[in-house]
Amino acid sequence: MPAIKSLEDLRRVREEALQKRKARETSGRIQIIVGMGTCGIAAGARETMRAILDVIESEDLSDIIVKQTGCIGLCEWEPIVEVIVDNQPKVTYGKVDANAARRIMKEHVIGGQVVQELLVPGQ
Amino acid sequence: MRELALHLLDIAENSVAAGARNVTITIEEDTRGDRIRLAVEDDGKGMDAEMAERVTDPFVTSRTTRRVGLGIPLLKAAAEACNGSLQIVSAPGRGTRVEVDFQRSHVDRMPLGDVVSTMLTLLVGFPDVHWTFHYKGDEKQFTFDDAPIKDALGEVPLTEPSVLAFVRETLETGISEIQEALTERELTTRVCQNYVLKEGR
Repeated sequence: MPAIKSLEDLRRVREEALQKRKARETSGRIQIIVGMGTCGIAAGARETMRAILDVIESEDLSDIIVKQTGCIGLCEWEPIVEVIVDNQPKVTYGKVDANAARRIMKEHVIGGQVVQELLVPGQ
Repeated sequence: MRELALHLLDIAENSVAAGARNVTITIEEDTRGDRIRLAVEDDGKGMDAEMAERVTDPFVTSRTTRRVGLGIPLLKAAAEACNGSLQIVSAPGRGTRVEVDFQRSHVDRMPLGDVVSTMLTLLVGFPDVHWTFHYKGDEKQFTFDDAPIKDALGEVPLTEPSVLAFVRETLETGISEIQEALTERELTTRVCQNYVLKEGR
């Protein structure tokens, strides 16, 4: 992955990313949502988010959508991470610190296997 | 939250919740005046005077899932414990500016913390908001504006790995340059003070 030095490089990256996306249009996309209300931030959600972004960078994972959400009323389970693969139902993980986030990225996002022990109960 | 950067994240989240399209975050470290100032300015829906006054009260929040908000009141208490203050300037339809300052050298002043992670979290998490970040250290300044980057990227998200690396490195370099200059300034000041003490002048 060549380093980006200028806006011209960014435009080139855009072309490449769009080409790649076209090639696997049918494979769908992955969404990752991190709870970032005051409760989430206080519980360490920023470090969770950073761990996710670092894995995207180090594993060169294209086409992953990372979003945030506010407090969803499950404060005791923060940091909360939701993973949606293609059109499958949403999977909600609780108490996701940076290590747990790296595990979810490796096993679920890359490997396709839900990490059972990190699930918020009742799903 | 024992990090100013975490409080910045928390305040900026409020800006987004208030429907802001443009948010500017400013950090200003002033070694001569011994102050550290943080500001978050947005063009969200704003608040009336009564709400702006009451928002520093721990039992006021606009959230509906829980009725207690703690981010701003805790930050205000932390600033006041360090010879500082927190101010909110807001008007309905005109946006909000939250400004907080601390005595920089105060022993209880919380560290600035991980500004890069705070900015990455905001930039990636809210791609529809236009983010501007200024970091001033005495006379040096670093500015990061995400508009030209997003224009060049079009529909490709900031989470594209090479783009993420570029944004992270740009922030890391800009912030560490300011911090190195501040550290150097402090060391020089300390050496001068020691010299003056020794020479009895």
